[in-house]
Amino acid sequence: MMRATKGDGRIAFAYLTPALLLLVGLLGYPIYQLVLISLFDYGQEQVSGGVPLTFLGLENYANLLADAKFWSVLGQTVGFAAVCVIGTLVVGAALAVLATRVRTWARLTLFLAALGAWATPAVAGSTIWLFLFDANFGFVNEVLGTTGFSWTYDRWVAFGLVAAQVIWCSFPFVMVTLYAGIKAIPGEVLEAAALDGASALRTARSVMLPLLRPLLIVVTIQSIIWDFKVFTQIYIMTNGGGIAGRNLVLNVYAYQQAFAASEYGLGASIGVVTTVLLLLVTLGYLRALKKSGETL
Amino acid sequence: MRRGIAEVVTVLIAGVVAFPLYWMVLTALKPESEVISADPRPWTLAPTFDSFVRALTVQSFGRYLVNSLVVAFAVVLISLLISFLAATALTRFRFRSRTTLLVMLLVVQMVPVEALTIPLFFMMKSVRDVVPVFGLNHLGSLVLVHLAFSLPFAIWMLRGFVAAVPVELEEAATLDGASRFRFLWQVLFPLVAPGLVATSVLSFIHAWNDFLFAKTFIISAAENQTLPLALQVFVKPDQNDWGAIMAGSTLMTIPVLVFFILVQRRLVAGLAGAVKS
Repeated sequence: MMRATKGDGRIAFAYLTPALLLLVGLLGYPIYQLVLISLFDYGQEQVSGGVPLTFLGLENYANLLADAKFWSVLGQTVGFAAVCVIGTLVVGAALAVLATRVRTWARLTLFLAALGAWATPAVAGSTIWLFLFDANFGFVNEVLGTTGFSWTYDRWVAFGLVAAQVIWCSFPFVMVTLYAGIKAIPGEVLEAAALDGASALRTARSVMLPLLRPLLIVVTIQSIIWDFKVFTQIYIMTNGGGIAGRNLVLNVYAYQQAFAASEYGLGASIGVVTTVLLLLVTLGYLRALKKSGETL
Repeated sequence: MRRGIAEVVTVLIAGVVAFPLYWMVLTALKPESEVISADPRPWTLAPTFDSFVRALTVQSFGRYLVNSLVVAFAVVLISLLISFLAATALTRFRFRSRTTLLVMLLVVQMVPVEALTIPLFFMMKSVRDVVPVFGLNHLGSLVLVHLAFSLPFAIWMLRGFVAAVPVELEEAATLDGASRFRFLWQVLFPLVAPGLVATSVLSFIHAWNDFLFAKTFIISAAENQTLPLALQVFVKPDQNDWGAIMAGSTLMTIPVLVFFILVQRRLVAGLAGAVKS
């Protein structure tokens, strides 16, 4: 399908120029700047120009690694992401299977509801959930008879609430993708399994699961990447990271260090750590794609 | 009978999933006394548009709505043109570094853009001194960052749509004497329109939903704020105006919902293509 005429490269380059300019200028250069800022003592005095910049080398990183708070935030981030990823996958997969067992009208009802959850902007979704779980005027407390109970006070209850909101708006992607995957399995394969006397469970485990594996890997890693980066939900639902910052995750922590505490250098170093961790996940993603036969 | 039970369960789950949205619209339509009530009811007998009026007038929500629309449409239109050209280059031409570029496009999608707020904040601060409209406190700064962030995925997704157009068509057009330029805009562009719609919607949603960059860049120009931030002005330490917040949320959610429903088929097809099942 490709033609290799002379001058192709030049035309291709011309077509690519606007995109490359934007990507280099607004993604590449900022990444370089992020690393650079993380190597300096960059606070409010330096920003206003009163104090010259001092090069710290890796001191911000050393401070970070020696700080117990950083490790607890890192742990919380991993734990929070894990709960969200597992919740999203379990709910998404279960509902995808359920959707294959019902008639069209029921399936459409479910998909329409899921589409609504999927489409709701994170800011609006977070606010709605906050109101549903409001201590005094919330519907949930009314139903449970626990009026006055604060769902955002206790650290783990608050994390649980945010995780539930994240799962609510991210399971539809998994459900729709896996449903399409299950539907793509040829009917003959399943018939053959049934003829061989395989039970429904056996068919699911030995026939469907291996066929769906590449798709499962993709949605899992996609979910890890999304849930590791959750910002808006935590920021809005726990009011910027909870009381005394006990509901912080890495992204919010970096933001608060930079823009609330004016420790831009330290904030940038947290950002670099987050980026590196995500790049490692991405490498796994690329390898998984390669294994599943995707060609670029 | 087992299917009957499965269907009842399905509908119940759909109800739970849709409930927060129902609650949002319901609260937006309730009179204030019913919103701030110790025993909230899941219905209202006196629906009113008071909360919408409050949201749109008191805090000039309308102004923020327009700002959000301006940013989102600017991002959509510009990214449409740029990603179409880039996707064409990446599918119709073979050149060195093509694979490298594709891998880069995939990798940059994983960069946590939240971490880039710090360097971008300082960049936009410097830009403000040179070209004010693209600097801090101006909508242009938001257009620029969302363009950059939505391009990789847009290009990645459009690639599949461009590749689906048979090369013979281009050869036929060339034989008929059409220039490369004419082929591009009069043949290829209309043919990949469905893909362009799907990618546009994603770019729109990306820009429309943004909370973080609006919060970081629009620091002292209240008149240039966008919807997600405007929603926060009703959140007050003493007493949140929940009616207005829910009315605002409704106004913010409806456009996205409409777009989503319009393109959901293509979206799913496009995503399936992008992740390749």
